[in-house]
Amino acid sequence: MSSHQISVTINGEEHTREVEARLLLVHFIREELGLTGTHIGCDTTSCGACTVLLNGVPAKSCTVFAVAADGAEVTTVEGLGNGGLHPVQQGFTEKHGLQCGFCTPGMMLTSKALLEENPDPSEAEIRWGISGNLCRCTGYVNIVRAVQRASELMKENSDG
Amino acid sequence: MAECRGLGHSVQRKEDARFIRGQGRYIDDVKLPGMLYLDIARSPYAHAKITKIHEDTAMAVDGVAAVITGKTLEGFKLAWMPTLMSDQQMVLPVDTVKYQAQEVAAIVATSRYAAADGAAALEVDYDPLPVVVDPHEALKPGATKVRDDKESNHIFHWEHGDADGTDAALAGCDTVVEQKMHLPRIHVASIETCGCVASWNPVEGHLTLYLTTQAPHAIRTVVALVTAHLGLAEHKIRVISPDIGGGFGGKVPVYPGYVLATAASVVTGKPVKWIEDRSENLQADSFARDYHITATLGSKKGKVAALKLDTVADHGYSDAAANPSKFPAGLYHIATGSYDLENAHVSVDGVYTNKPPGGIAYRCSFRVTEAVHAIERMVDLLARENGEDPADFRLRNFIKPEQFPYTSALGWEYDSGNYGAALEKAMDMIGYQDLRAEQAEKRARGELMGIGISSFTEIVGAGPSKTFDILGIKMFDSAEIRIHPTGKAIARFGTKSQGQGHETTYAQIIAEELGIPPEDIQVEEGDTDTAPYGLGTYASRSTPTAGAAASIASRKIREKGRKIAAHLLEADEADLVWEQGRFYVKGSPDRAKTIQDIAFAAYTNHPQGLEAGLEAISYYDPPNLTFPFGSYICCVDIDRGTGQVRIRRFVAVDDCGVRINPMIVDGQIHGGLTMGIAPALLEEISYDADGNITGGNFMEYLVPTAMETPHWELGETVTPSPHHPIGAKGVGESATVGAPPAVVNAVVDALWHLGVRHMEIPMTPARVWNVLNEHGVAATR
Ligand code: FES
Ligand code: FES
Repeated sequence: MSSHQISVTINGEEHTREVEARLLLVHFIREELGLTGTHIGCDTTSCGACTVLLNGVPAKSCTVFAVAADGAEVTTVEGLGNGGLHPVQQGFTEKHGLQCGFCTPGMMLTSKALLEENPDPSEAEIRWGISGNLCRCTGYVNIVRAVQRASELMKENSDG
Repeated sequence: MAECRGLGHSVQRKEDARFIRGQGRYIDDVKLPGMLYLDIARSPYAHAKITKIHEDTAMAVDGVAAVITGKTLEGFKLAWMPTLMSDQQMVLPVDTVKYQAQEVAAIVATSRYAAADGAAALEVDYDPLPVVVDPHEALKPGATKVRDDKESNHIFHWEHGDADGTDAALAGCDTVVEQKMHLPRIHVASIETCGCVASWNPVEGHLTLYLTTQAPHAIRTVVALVTAHLGLAEHKIRVISPDIGGGFGGKVPVYPGYVLATAASVVTGKPVKWIEDRSENLQADSFARDYHITATLGSKKGKVAALKLDTVADHGYSDAAANPSKFPAGLYHIATGSYDLENAHVSVDGVYTNKPPGGIAYRCSFRVTEAVHAIERMVDLLARENGEDPADFRLRNFIKPEQFPYTSALGWEYDSGNYGAALEKAMDMIGYQDLRAEQAEKRARGELMGIGISSFTEIVGAGPSKTFDILGIKMFDSAEIRIHPTGKAIARFGTKSQGQGHETTYAQIIAEELGIPPEDIQVEEGDTDTAPYGLGTYASRSTPTAGAAASIASRKIREKGRKIAAHLLEADEADLVWEQGRFYVKGSPDRAKTIQDIAFAAYTNHPQGLEAGLEAISYYDPPNLTFPFGSYICCVDIDRGTGQVRIRRFVAVDDCGVRINPMIVDGQIHGGLTMGIAPALLEEISYDADGNITGGNFMEYLVPTAMETPHWELGETVTPSPHHPIGAKGVGESATVGAPPAVVNAVVDALWHLGVRHMEIPMTPARVWNVLNEHGVAATR
């Protein structure tokens, strides 16, 4: 198995490691770096539990090789709040947008990217935006509300 | 005094702080020094003799440390393990596999990838055998026999009720409807799969098992019983159930992977982790449903009179259903539902087939969903046969509020209910009459729109010790509360949350009873070394059992608190009045001691003759089950071009008794509804005639996304349970139980004028389109 040296900036911190060519980004994040907030829920790129932001864009890290992230900027749930709580984290808490919490990191990162692209999404746009992330617990209604709440908070922040 | 935010407050969840930061600790996050990884090689055949396992092919892979086969386990008498239903199931096969994806061998290696490589490299020689997939075929004489150790494929016959009386009553009915229906195999598919880390300490003879389990204490006892001959003992076994990423019943059973990881840890002397992947989870873990029902319902002069259900239950190759021991068909005999009828009989024949074992698990209290599906479909059919609107027919035939407590024809004593109020509320909310008018207009234009009702009654909170046990262990549950000197508390429970928010809900119950705010109460579950014994969280039992225990333990603490307060206030105990959070002297409300004062005194100034400390424990044995209910109305539009069913509106009125945290209750209902429409429209674990799984991964097994899920509209009525200390009933599963027939009834309603009388589930676009096409209404371009 060939191995390669890669450097990935995760949550603002650069990590250089020697990895097998086949190592998945999600395992690099979880096992090599010990950032266990990124979860794994399937083996067919269907669930989105592993979603991270790869150069700002949501990516299912179970379907990206770690070597393909060489030189990239990755944001995981651990990098969301920057000390405090990101509006998305605030929205999910206030609106009960999570139950078991397993889908939540991926769901929040997808929501963050959605709101950055579209600060004021309609319900239909939110539903479409999160449709690559499965949640088995919440029935999505409160996730939609959480994203709407996050949108409000982000606007308040930028107005203030 | 600060408000303590007990019952009825939408307190923000305590557990969320860690979850939203990615700091939950789920099973795959557990990492121990020197840990090895286990992967499982599985059978490509549904039925085959294993002629040889070439262990060397896996051992040759870099990093592989051990290969465990059925023969290895046989040496330790561990190749088979008992099920809860007096059957047995294989941990690993010694010579024959019985379903596709069955465990064949375990590969232990130094890394996750090496273990997977080993499992892929393992060569196994098989001689395929004939396969039986259809349970009706399995019952025919000369059918392929699934189990060598059994006489036939017929596992059991179970029946309940008065067969002759029911037949006679049906013969006397003026209107009788009969319908066959199949509730196919489905899977809970919690987003976190199952797994464990087993850590054996040979020096101390101690086993620590981190395990995705909804029932840690029961698991500890089971492990102790099945390994006693190897020298393990219950005090040397610690089961820790970490944060769980969704359970829904799928994390109740003992899976072979758990036993294999334990055996591997014992063999290697190192901690061993096993995490299944999604396809393994769907293909081999416990399924739900798979009931083939023939239902007959009759009425006389418009009054429902008699119900008969004959059922063939496909159990796979072993009866491993997670039922209370005395109930081989679970609580299926709740099947008379919300209706006042005098005669009923239900029967179930369990059958072996070449499929994985399991049964029950899918957010449901032991086959209640099957029962509700049957009665709610049949009542709809019978209403129409009587020429009556299904809503009016239900309202006339409901058990009336004044009939409670009500003993059903099948012997259950329903604690409370007000079914008419819930249905009327749902009809108001959705604008039932207007929808009917709209439907008539649309129908005239050739558009397909339907309205479906389901007025379910659940039976949860198992259960009273006189009838409910699992392997002899009574189905009580427990709470242990300890108040610290500063008035803060820790409370531990025998249950285990999987996302339901126990850390918050239980704290609110204690807050209500003792006046200590929820944030001052640490709630813990899931560690068998510290938590009191309990049977766990499933079948909506946590609030009815452990929630009740929290009340009772709190009240014990309050009674001791009264003695301490009397001592502090130099008053007579009988003269003290409790109001949330404090005792005061009758007539002088200023002479008072708060619970915090009392807690401090319990450690610093306790009265002579009274022990120091302030704590209590309760093992709560419920006097009866609880019977949550509700009425759901679903409105669908059907696309004539694609057969797609779109849920336009869905109104759910639930009555779960007193609501502890309304926000959490609504969340439970939202999730339950989504898992209710899923089997109605999307989900099925399907098989071809050779026993190959055709719905065994997330590309084929379709879990609803935000796109298929409608905006849920919720309503409530509150009929407190008369026997629960705070009047609560449990709510985790109501919606999953109640929703499916509402969707089916809506689709059948949309197609009724074409002559359609029934739809099997899941009502996929293909299935619906075929029906449209048969009736000449499929749109073509
Ligand atoms: S783990 Fe399911 S999409 Fe990545
Ligand atoms: S909160 Fe459990 S899967 Fe979304």
